[in-house]
Formats: sequence, C-alpha cells, structure tokens
Amino acid sequence: MKMKLATWATAAMMAASPVMADLVFPSLSYRTGAYAAGGIPFADGYADYLTLLNERDGGIGGVMTRLLECETGYNTEKGVECYESTKGEGALVYQPLSTGITYQLIPKATADDIPVHSMGYGRTSAKNGNVFSHVFNYPANYWDGASGAINYLLETNNGDISGKKIALVYHNSAYGKEPIRTLQGLAAKHGFELLELAVDHPGQEQKSQWLQIRRERPDNVLMWGWGVMNQVAIQEAVNIRYPMENFIGIWWSGSENDVLPAGDAATGYKALTFHGVGSDFPIFDDINTHVVDKGLAAGAGDQVGTVLYNRGMYAAMLAAEAVKTAQGIHGVADITAAMMRDGMEALEINEAKMASLGLPNFGPEFTVSCANHGGDALVGVTQWDASAGAWSLISEFKATDSSIIGPLIEEDSASYASENNIPGNC
Amino acid sequence: MFYREAGDFSTTYPQDSQTFPIRFDRYRYYAVLAFAVLVLPFVMDDYLVNSIFLPFLIYAIAAIGLNILTGYCGQVSLGTGGFMAVGAYACYKLMTSFPDVNIFFHVILAGGITAAVGTAFGLPSLRIKGFYLAVATLAAQFFLVWLFNKVAWFYNYSASGQINAPERTVFGIEVTGANTEAWATYLFCLVFTIGSAIIARNLTRGSMGRQWMAIRDMDIAAEIIGVNPLKAKLTAFAVSSFFVGVSGALFFAVYLGAVEVGEVFGIQKSFIVLFMIIIGGLGSIFGSFAGAAFLVVLPVVLKLVGVDLLGWPTDIVAHFQLVIVGGLIIIFLIAEPHGMAQLWRVAKEKLRLWPFPH
Repeated sequence: MKMKLATWATAAMMAASPVMADLVFPSLSYRTGAYAAGGIPFADGYADYLTLLNERDGGIGGVMTRLLECETGYNTEKGVECYESTKGEGALVYQPLSTGITYQLIPKATADDIPVHSMGYGRTSAKNGNVFSHVFNYPANYWDGASGAINYLLETNNGDISGKKIALVYHNSAYGKEPIRTLQGLAAKHGFELLELAVDHPGQEQKSQWLQIRRERPDNVLMWGWGVMNQVAIQEAVNIRYPMENFIGIWWSGSENDVLPAGDAATGYKALTFHGVGSDFPIFDDINTHVVDKGLAAGAGDQVGTVLYNRGMYAAMLAAEAVKTAQGIHGVADITAAMMRDGMEALEINEAKMASLGLPNFGPEFTVSCANHGGDALVGVTQWDASAGAWSLISEFKATDSSIIGPLIEEDSASYASENNIPGNC
Repeated sequence: MFYREAGDFSTTYPQDSQTFPIRFDRYRYYAVLAFAVLVLPFVMDDYLVNSIFLPFLIYAIAAIGLNILTGYCGQVSLGTGGFMAVGAYACYKLMTSFPDVNIFFHVILAGGITAAVGTAFGLPSLRIKGFYLAVATLAAQFFLVWLFNKVAWFYNYSASGQINAPERTVFGIEVTGANTEAWATYLFCLVFTIGSAIIARNLTRGSMGRQWMAIRDMDIAAEIIGVNPLKAKLTAFAVSSFFVGVSGALFFAVYLGAVEVGEVFGIQKSFIVLFMIIIGGLGSIFGSFAGAAFLVVLPVVLKLVGVDLLGWPTDIVAHFQLVIVGGLIIIFLIAEPHGMAQLWRVAKEKLRLWPFPH
C-alpha cells in the first residue's frame, strides 16, 4: 500500500509540473486557522505583485514568474512538508511568514542552497550574514522593533523613561520571546521596569493578563501578538479602559483586522512598521488595471491596500528586485536559487528605485552586504484612527539602538556558529 | 485460494502460537519487512522521507503507545502530546548534556524518563475512569506544555525558547541535524518502529497483555479473578508512555530538528494520535500502523489531488481535509468501531474462504 501511494504521489507531482523556464516563488501561506486573518492579506499581496509583473512587464527580465502556493496553517510540520514538496521545482526564495517554520528552514535551506527571507520575523541574529549565509531578514528585525518602540517612548517622554513601568504582552512562542532579551538590556540601560506577560496559543484567553495590567498600571504596554491574539488584546485593553495611545504593537500587531473589532474605542492604538501604509501609491493604479480589473487578484481580492497586503506586496517587490540584481550579476535571465542568494546579498533599495516602481517613500532605504543581512534597521510608528478607518505614519523611519542589539546578535549567532561548526562566510 | 491454512501444520508450540499462523501471511510480512529495510532506503528522497515516511514511522510508534493504554487497557488518555514533549525534552537535555553518548541510547533513555512521568500521571487512574480520567490526562497535557515553556532550564536558556537538535551520528552517519541523508533518518526511525511493534506485539499477547485486556473488559471482574489493577494499570501507563516518549524524541531529534513545545506538542497532537487509533483500530498493532499511515498520507494525497491536479485554492483543500477527517471519524465510530484493522481482519476471513462462500 505504501509503495503504491508513493509511486502515485510522485507520478502526480511530475504530471503537475510542466518543464519551462520560469522564476518560481513558493508562497508558504496560511489561509486557514487562528492566524488566517494575517496570512490571507499577506499571501494576496505577495501573489498580486507577482501577477502584476507577469501581466504588465512580462515577468522579470523577460522570464515569467510562477507562484507556488502551499497551505501551512502556521503549522511547523505542514511548513516542512510544503518546503520539501516545492523545493524540487526550482524555488528561488522562501518567505514562510512564521518564525517557527523559519527556524525549521534555516538549516535545511542552507544545506539545499536556497535563500530564506524572513522579513521582520524569524531568527533575529540571522542579520549576521557571516554565520547565516542563506538567511536574510532585511529591512528590520524584532530586536530593532523592541528598540524602535523604546526609542519612540524616549522621544515622547523627553528622553527620560527611568522609573517607568512597561509591560510586554507576548505570544508564548519563539516569536513572542524574541524581543525579551533586548528589552531586558534596554530596561537596564534606561532604567525602566519590564513586566513580562505571556499569552498562550492561540491567544483567545487573556483575561488574567489584562487583569494584571489593570492592577499594575504600567505606563506603556508593548505587544508581540499575531492572529486572533491581537484582536482579543485590543478588545481587552478597551475593556479595562487602558489609554490606547500608550499601547504599542509590533508590526505584526498593527493591521486593520486587529483594530476593527474594537470599533471606535481602538482609536489611538499604535503599531510599529518598516514600510508605508495606505493605498496612496501609484503602484495601486497598476494593480487595479492589470490584476484586479482582469479578475486575476488572489483570494477574494478585497484586501488591496491593507497593511498586511502592502507588506506581502513589499516582500514580493524585494524578492523581484533581488532577482533583477542577481540577473545583473550573473548575466542570466533564468536564475537559480544560488544566484538568487547572491542577488539578495547585493540588494540595494534606494528612493529612486522605489519611485520608479511606483512606491515613492514606501520604505526606508537600505543596502544588504555579506556581513549584514538585516539592512539598516529603520523603524517607524503608525497610529490607528477609527473614524477615518486608516493607519497613518506618525513617526518617520528612524535608527535603532545598535549598541544593545549588536552585541546580542554577535552572541546569539556565535553560539549558533559553534553549535553547527560554521567557519564564517565573509 | 492460496491464502488458507490447509497443509500448514504446526508441530511445536511456538509454531502454533506465532503471530502469523498462515504461511502466506507470514511470507507477506517478511516481504514487507524486507522491502522496507532493503528496497525503500535506496529510493528515499527528501520529499518522501519528510512528507510521508518519517511522520508515518514516528506517529506509528506513538499510536502503538496510545493503543496499549487505550485500546488494550481501556484507559482513555488525552495527554499524548504532553508525553511526547517529555520524550523530546528529555532527549534534548540528554543530547546536550552527554554529547559523547550515542543518540540511539538517548532516545531509549528519553522513553524511560517518559515512562516514569507517565506512571506518575497514571496514578489517578486507580481512582477514576472514563471521562474523568480523560480530563485528568488532559491536565497532564496542559501542565507539561506549560512546564516546558516556563522553566528555562529545559530549553537550555535559549532566547527563543526553542530546542534545536545538534548533529549526532550513528556508526559515523548523521541522523540528526541539517546535513542528514534521507535514507539514514529513515532507517534510524524504522529500527525503532520495528522494535516497538515487535515488543508491543509480544507484550500484548503475553500475561501482561491479558491482564490489561481483563481490566479493559471489566475491571471489577478482573480484580475478582486475581488481576492486580494497580500493577496492570500502572504498567500500561509505563509501557505506553515509553513508546510515546520514544516517538516524541524521534519527532524532535530526527524529524523536525527544532521544536517549540506549545506549537508542536499541543493538544492537537494528543487528538491526532487518538484519531489514528480510532480510525486504525483500538486494540490492534496493525491498526496503529494503518491509522498512522492514513492520517499522514491523507493530507498529502488530498493536497496533490486538490491543489496540484485540480488547481483548487489551497484554503479550500485545507478545509476539505478537516471535513473529511471529521466525517471519517464519525463513519468509523458508527459503522466500524474496530477501525481499519477490523476491515482488514474481515477481508482476510473472506480471502480464506474465497472462491467459495462457505
């Protein structure tokens, strides 16, 4: 029985993959489960941008793109299965949108010579390209997020937050635990008190955490949440009448899905970001003309211009730019995953490039190098206005505290290098 | 026709009490074993091993473990995920504390540690049964996951709270870590699966298994005829947890390589192993294999048919999978409570008589 199924499975796979020159972008998406609210818009944005390139430009450098979507449900095992089933089709880069799956893929993809781009998630110390040769997390990572949030608080408190009490409400997983060390370091440096409150998967039950916040009255609350946890947390904050302007979420806790259920009371909630918000960019005209109006939009097609749609589109844009860079380096249009890695390592995003793509001022400028796979770590802050129904950027993209983050990255990547006997790539 | 016992004479007691008394059955079993050991490793690739064979082999061990407890001894357990986590974390602590000891022994020791933990959590079974025991084991599930998340010593104080399997070798061949060969991990797990199945088969048909089954069928009657319920129930918990622990250790070290306890060993894991033995067949070693194979292969096949062949959206296929698994559980509970193992048994009975109806 086993043998029959295996043969049949292989036969089905071969039948399903026609051989032709194309640029394969696997999309390890999740449109089901407790995290679908975040997974759907991201996957739609990623798919629509690649469709736009095919429809408008005839692919990248004359080679068509092909999207391979695989449902992970934010589940690690399914993520591994998706990786194994798509890597044989010439996948160029993996963007799993899950810190757990990223941890799985780091050793596997490095061994298979396929790059991984964990944009704003994953293992933070992957910024050190000397150790993590195939993992990229530009333009910003969690530790930049933690530092960016504290910097913003410093700014709004005239540079002094000593003696303040700051609570961190986090998803009790690798993702949520990532910022704790940085925040502890920053707490020691700036003299604030850090209160750590863990929320277990999936995050629907947070009464006790918010009761504690009500009792301890922290000056600010930071949140590292995802999926249904965000909506619940914001609703709970409204319920205890916590002042929304003192509540800051990481970029994964700052989409329309998270604030809409709380209604008008969510006005003033802030979230970090590493790219622009809203649909006021020229590229959306192209997306409407070439993708939505032709009926080619991914999913239900109702997510265009939302925060996470923009992020998915931004991820696809960065991947496409890396392909162009790789095509330039190697002089080949139909690149391989190894060439893609070189392209990502030489990627440079500047204002002229973004403006030519129809995304003026969409994100910070940054360059990637062999030693620095994390970009320049610039973080902005957005705020929600329920009456306008929109997020707006209230703080420009600013630098984060590399004096705290740098040594932590060195330490964490050095321990990975010694565990896995990595000599160094640069 | 050729599948019958005619002409197959037993001249000794061991021959009479062997697992596969019919000659054709026995040769088929040897053929499957030989195929699994001698042929499959040569055709193994990354996709087959990571999508089908490793999960199948490892879930089969877990299903055998749970089947001993639930199928043979009648004690319902919803703590399988938690016990698998004990195996995984025990294996991780052993691997990092004693790097010179072979991973093979770490996996077995991890099973032993899980057996001790499982016995401790089995103590309430002496007083409570049925739904109440299910709830008590559910408490074990949540407590163990909480513990591994809360106490940083278990994950060696890593920043993310994840455990990562370092590279370990058996006979100089890597079986854990990133640079493993597909056939090596497959064979490593296969050894444990075959060993578990043989041990479980022989335990369940011996005096210990008879005691378990007596307790399952009616505990008061069993006590009256001289079965010690304390011993029977606690040995069932210990043996069951041993297998579950071994599977948890392999799941972490060989299959995934990096584990986050809440996500990998959550309540979902307990349910999926329970579904495996319900669909496969309670109280049957073959049923454990059938159930594990079914629930591992079904999503892969559905995905291949739905997404790759028919081109349906991925979320529709994912939802269909939930519907189909849920529907199958209801169908099996109503139409064939003994699961696929019973279907197999009935098919064999029919084959023995074929082509004559009586």
